[in-house]
Amino acid sequence: MENVVCTFCGSVCDDGVFENGDIRRLCALGKSKFSKKERIKAPMIDGKEVSYEEAIEKAAEILVEAKRPLLYGWASTVNEAIRLGVLIAEKVGGIYDQCASVCHAPGTLALIEEGVPGGTLGSVKNRADVVIFWGANPVEAHPRHPTRYSVMAKGLLIKDRKDRKVVVIDVRETKTAKLADIFVQIKPGYDYAIISALRAIVKGEKIEADEVGGVPVEKLYELAELMMNAKYGVIFYGLGVTQSRGRDRNVENAIKLVQQLNRKTRWIIWPMRGHYNVVGAGEVPAWEAGYQYAIDFSRGYPRFSPAEFTAVEALVRRDCDAALIVASDPAAHFPRKAVEHLKKIPVIQIDPHPNLTTLLSNVVIPSAIAGLEAEGSVYRMDGIVLRVKKLVETEYWSDVQILEKMYEVVVKRVG
Amino acid sequence: MPIEVEIITGRTIDQGKTVDEKLTEEYFKAVSYCELNEEDFKALGLKEGDRVKIKTEFGEVVVFAKIGSVPKGVVFIPMGPYANQITSDDTDGTGMPLFKGVRGIVEKTEENVKSVKEILGVE
Ligand code: SF4
Repeated sequence: MENVVCTFCGSVCDDGVFENGDIRRLCALGKSKFSKKERIKAPMIDGKEVSYEEAIEKAAEILVEAKRPLLYGWASTVNEAIRLGVLIAEKVGGIYDQCASVCHAPGTLALIEEGVPGGTLGSVKNRADVVIFWGANPVEAHPRHPTRYSVMAKGLLIKDRKDRKVVVIDVRETKTAKLADIFVQIKPGYDYAIISALRAIVKGEKIEADEVGGVPVEKLYELAELMMNAKYGVIFYGLGVTQSRGRDRNVENAIKLVQQLNRKTRWIIWPMRGHYNVVGAGEVPAWEAGYQYAIDFSRGYPRFSPAEFTAVEALVRRDCDAALIVASDPAAHFPRKAVEHLKKIPVIQIDPHPNLTTLLSNVVIPSAIAGLEAEGSVYRMDGIVLRVKKLVETEYWSDVQILEKMYEVVVKRVG
Repeated sequence: MPIEVEIITGRTIDQGKTVDEKLTEEYFKAVSYCELNEEDFKALGLKEGDRVKIKTEFGEVVVFAKIGSVPKGVVFIPMGPYANQITSDDTDGTGMPLFKGVRGIVEKTEENVKSVKEILGVE
């Protein structure tokens, strides 16, 4: 089968070739996604194998009986499953939160304040003559992004690598930094200050210091000059910007820089989204409930408050009394104290593979792998919707099937 | 002598490749180490395969030490359960833990690196 869609990272490459159980053309991460690995064998309650129906019945019971269950994950499943998750969260008066809350959600906060001058990966490939990766390392996190869209990609107006200046701004000399024409090494936590300095230069002001955040001012003037002279520039920012000191304020400041550049030329800014459908995990609740994450339904209507309703906040403050974890692994990826609470409450997991969350789940429901054993629609990192395919038959239920059934049981119980 | 550092976490290609197989040896290898600057590595008296203990106000963890392309005073740990023993759970109201930029100290240790299950406290 041709044009197979990869369900690993946010680049959602749509040109894989699948033959006799083998995937071609994808990167090492994409290949690993399609390779054979250990699966959760059967649905389980407290370690005992049960039928799908029994496990779902038990899961629904836990969710309905909890005062405020947390329904978390969603970035590695399809829109159709996410929609059911939002509906279940509403029915049981729980919290809907998704992987972005520990990833790119600070960008959502910035967007609420400032809007976002954005564009598609296609526009970058065809037009961008200056590409900046800020706190992003696509060579390791989105390996084909540089070749398909941003560095070596051949486009309509950009014929080859020589037509494009690539800048990497980071605290480490990453593998991506080695691809760059210019590498700007900064001190950890100084993104905000450096963006402010660039804004000042672009505005025509003078910097009164010798260096900002470990970068000599001459280098900042050079960078600002390059930015102002671009015909079409893009800042791709990564978790280096959202997970370090400043968080949402860093992104807000970077958007302001782009707004300012747009008075002179054309610039866009876009996050390097991680999981293949993390955009969907925000877009779907936004069209169902008005918000992208950290949504609490305990009062019967959706309320948004990252300080209260993100998974880490709710867990650290012990503000949830059960959890449904779908297509993610918070036990591996949350700070220790948040995991401590997860260990104390009933946890239901829906996932194809055993992971750390499996080890502390009371109900485990194995699912089919979307993009290999199940189909559905997903958002690529630039908001383009693609249909992922089903390539092989399986006995496993898809997330959609599992959640459809769970929704049915929940509705029956709560009326 | 322990040294003061700033700790950052992040993706690596090996962490990504093994992320669906967290109960395997490969995943353990991909996430249970830290990278230090060559000067810091030497200052701590480390050699290849040695272990370090990293402590922050949020916890402590023992990991393998490697020389990496990080600046002096910065330690990089691949994202995962080891990094999360010492990362900040304070989100400043954003929901986002400070996964990059937590201050801590690093010292050489003879203690063992725990397995993924031991880290989680389920074994
Ligand atoms: S870049 Fe991302 S989407 Fe493309 S093949 Fe690699 S992992 Fe899959």
